[in-house]
Amino acid sequence: MSDDSPVLEIENLGISYFVRAGEIPAVPDFSLTLHRGESFGLVGESGCGKSTVAMAIMRYLGGNGAIVRGRIVLEGQDMAELSEEELRRIRGSKIAMVYQEPMSALNPALTIGRQLTEVPISHEGVSEAEAFDRAVQVLSDVNMPDPESVMRRYPHQISGGQQQRVVIGMAFLSNPSLMLLDEPTTALDVNVEATVIDLIANLRKKYNTTLIYISHNLGLIVKVCDRVGVMYSGEMAEEGTISEVFKDTKHPYTYGLFDCIPSLDADKSARALTPIPGQVSLPHERPPGCAFGPRCRYFEAGRCDSERIEIEDVPGGDSHRVRCVRWGEIDHRHAEVEVEPEDRRRRVPAEVLRIENMDKFYEVRDRSMAAMLSGKSVRYVKANEEVSFNARRGRTVALVGESGCGKSTFAKVLTGLETATKGAIKFNYENIAAIPVDRREPELIAAMQMVFQNPDGTLNPSHSVGGAIGRAIKKFGLAHRRRDVNKRVAELLELVRMPPEFATRKPRQLSGGQKQRIAVARAFAGNPAMVIADEPVSALDVSVQAAVINLLMDVQKEYNTTLLFISHDLSVVRYLSDTIVVMYLGQIMEAGPAAAIFDPPYHPYTEALLSAIPIPDPDIKQKRVRLEGEIPSVINPPKGCRFSTRCPRKIGSICDDVQPPEVEAVPGHRIKCHIPLDELRAVEPIFQKAVEAAE
Amino acid sequence: MIDRVSDRDTGEPVKRDPNVAPEDMVLWLLGKVYDGFNRILEILYYLIRGIYRWLSLLRESPVAIIGLTLIGFWVAVAIFAPWLTSYDPNAQDFNALADPTPGGVHFLGTDHLGRDIWSRLIWGARTVLWVAPTAVAIAYFFGCLMGMLAGYYGGWVDTLVSRISDIILSFPVLILYIILISTVGPSPLNIIVAVTLASSPGIGRIVRGMVLDLRGLEYVDAAKIRGETPFYIMVVELLPNARGPLIVDGCVRMGYTIITIGVLGFLGLGLPPPDPDWGGMVKDTTAMIVVWPHMAVLPSIAISSLVIGFNLMADGLREISMRD
Repeated sequence: MSDDSPVLEIENLGISYFVRAGEIPAVPDFSLTLHRGESFGLVGESGCGKSTVAMAIMRYLGGNGAIVRGRIVLEGQDMAELSEEELRRIRGSKIAMVYQEPMSALNPALTIGRQLTEVPISHEGVSEAEAFDRAVQVLSDVNMPDPESVMRRYPHQISGGQQQRVVIGMAFLSNPSLMLLDEPTTALDVNVEATVIDLIANLRKKYNTTLIYISHNLGLIVKVCDRVGVMYSGEMAEEGTISEVFKDTKHPYTYGLFDCIPSLDADKSARALTPIPGQVSLPHERPPGCAFGPRCRYFEAGRCDSERIEIEDVPGGDSHRVRCVRWGEIDHRHAEVEVEPEDRRRRVPAEVLRIENMDKFYEVRDRSMAAMLSGKSVRYVKANEEVSFNARRGRTVALVGESGCGKSTFAKVLTGLETATKGAIKFNYENIAAIPVDRREPELIAAMQMVFQNPDGTLNPSHSVGGAIGRAIKKFGLAHRRRDVNKRVAELLELVRMPPEFATRKPRQLSGGQKQRIAVARAFAGNPAMVIADEPVSALDVSVQAAVINLLMDVQKEYNTTLLFISHDLSVVRYLSDTIVVMYLGQIMEAGPAAAIFDPPYHPYTEALLSAIPIPDPDIKQKRVRLEGEIPSVINPPKGCRFSTRCPRKIGSICDDVQPPEVEAVPGHRIKCHIPLDELRAVEPIFQKAVEAAE
Repeated sequence: MIDRVSDRDTGEPVKRDPNVAPEDMVLWLLGKVYDGFNRILEILYYLIRGIYRWLSLLRESPVAIIGLTLIGFWVAVAIFAPWLTSYDPNAQDFNALADPTPGGVHFLGTDHLGRDIWSRLIWGARTVLWVAPTAVAIAYFFGCLMGMLAGYYGGWVDTLVSRISDIILSFPVLILYIILISTVGPSPLNIIVAVTLASSPGIGRIVRGMVLDLRGLEYVDAAKIRGETPFYIMVVELLPNARGPLIVDGCVRMGYTIITIGVLGFLGLGLPPPDPDWGGMVKDTTAMIVVWPHMAVLPSIAISSLVIGFNLMADGLREISMRD
């Protein structure tokens, strides 16, 4: 950190939106000072005003937003005094922004080269040849293989991770003094996310850029930022260096965020997740006093809700400040929530589901002349291949892997939307692999239900909540008379902790978390033996995520249901599952008890997945394993081990040519790899506490 | 007693119990009637509430209000036609022929045969306002059916339905109408058939597009996993979510249909004379347009005001739906 004048100074910034109903103060008061080369993380739930602040810095608030108070000074220049023309010159040269969706940040009609060279040509007036050289240079900075050919391609011809790298490269291209990143990796897979994060961390050192990194993921903030600000309802709740905020947490909201995140060394029997109750209050309904008051465990009437609370310095801290009247009195660490010890009976519960060598192939017909001549006009997409595992009553099995690994296809086969090509799916000892859903008995259908990923798509916007749940009840033959159905709907709503009045609401009147609760209620309507949850929390905010996970686990316990939890988030999976199945390109790479997966021996792919988990704890050192290249196409998978093209521990041509055998490390823990078990066992663990590592 | 009988409709297969007394059966039947009555009341309640909500939404769009007023005017006039005029629309007043211009005893004047124009306009409104909505409704029925089948099933069903639609759509509409009606003869029924044939492919395309968009959504998968039939999914899960664009399109299509009916009337393919028909009225009097322009202009205004009404309504609805 240099001691010269700050790059960015925001003083008492107030931002309001003006709508028909009047003024909505989105951000009442926000201050921030950033020096050259500093990296600042901004965290908080959605609706906290993080993006609004970023947009205000760009002075891009749209037609109805305005800065009503305070000022933003960029390198000594007051942004409010700039004309539109001057602003246009600053945007993209002094300030650059990276958004969440790379596909919508790139113009699909122009080549990547054209879009990259545009930046120096229009901002610095350099020649086309020089712009080209610089663009190629920045593409190799972002680790793009073969930058010159990428320059000639269109955005849709490269993968999502590569697109985001191009966008980041574009942002660094003009060597901006300030860079804003708004959830730049949220749309990406874990492995890709990890490489992009590494990239940002490296580039910012190289270019000495000042960063503002907006994210809801505390684990990512740790990796990229020096300082962090926790925003709540448009105000800074707590700010300071990473170690101050993460190890010496003062604000109850920051505690709340940490308590929502499952930690890797504890599963559900060791520590319960504590969601933050309620929702972020709407900007125009902010309570007097502390905005977080209504959701705070330490709320004290009279003190917390009387007058505006100013942010104050924490003595002894470098830049640690907190906005809470009670911060000195709260001792959160000793207020851990008690977990009721899980009643693990010795007896192993009955097997509910057994998958035996299940294959699901899709036929692809190639009608080209060449394909017809070579006689290969029919090819197969091997979405699932030789999948075998089992699930026991009341237990949770997690299915983990990157997008495109066949997790969702598997769910479709299980629910009967598709039928298996080969093999058996034994559900309660009955083989259902070949029975499509329209030929399944109502009892079978009721016994196997599903919770989907996207809360906005999971409920029909035309149907009321009660109608949606009621239909499932009627369809499963549990009740037919209206009074009985309504009674059962009310019961189910109670089960998912929603008031019975919600039955008449339409999905658009619900928040994302509430919609997901309704989806859970609907899935449990028929007292199912098995529920498949396909990424049920990945579209939700952390605090809501914890609540939905807790709910899912409570309902599971009450109904003694088997849960198949499909996810890419390994920390959530570690928390709630008993068994983990790791899939890659349609095949199971590793399967075993949850604890065993997180310790050596690892499958090399699992190792990479584990090393990509963002961990919100600066003390934990994570071994760095990054995967090169893209996932191969499922139409044309590698002949030998599916993972051989990207495997960092490949041992030779045997990996390319021969399918690896499945070896059992301990009974119940299978690894599909050519590397001898002893060698895999000798690998150092991915996670180590910094203290241990130092010894 | 009632409780025991009511158990029957929990859906379990009902076994006729010979020991049940006949009084119980009566009570059971009364219960059914009571339930049915409740059901009807409930449906009525939702219907009225729905209409009320639409109207209160419309309040926010001045354009829609103007459109609704124009449509409302013609609907009211058509309903109350017998009380709004004392003249028979087909009766000739030879005294008026000396000066058929508006004013005097004939409020809007008379046509070249001495028939009261106001009376003919309002009776003509009746024809338009039952033929056009009926035609559009039937066209929607077939259009939705085609679109849903094509969009939901895809594959060869889609190919078949889409190719048939393409063939119909590639045919010049006016020529299609003329050929059709000149072969089977002019009558309201034939106009309805012609409009259905010409409009349903277009509606089918819209519905197909919407269904293609919607069928990938998770609630459709949820319905399939629940074991719903394709018919249920199409009608209950998909169609209601396509209603926004369809209602707007319906209004525009009503306008077009009214124009079509006018054109057909003008070409002499409308209603058989002497019954009043706006298009026919224009045709009959075009020869007189230099001397007595009102004879052709007034029915033209009638047609265009109703069409404009529907178009403004469509604009307003679109505006409202964008805002929501």
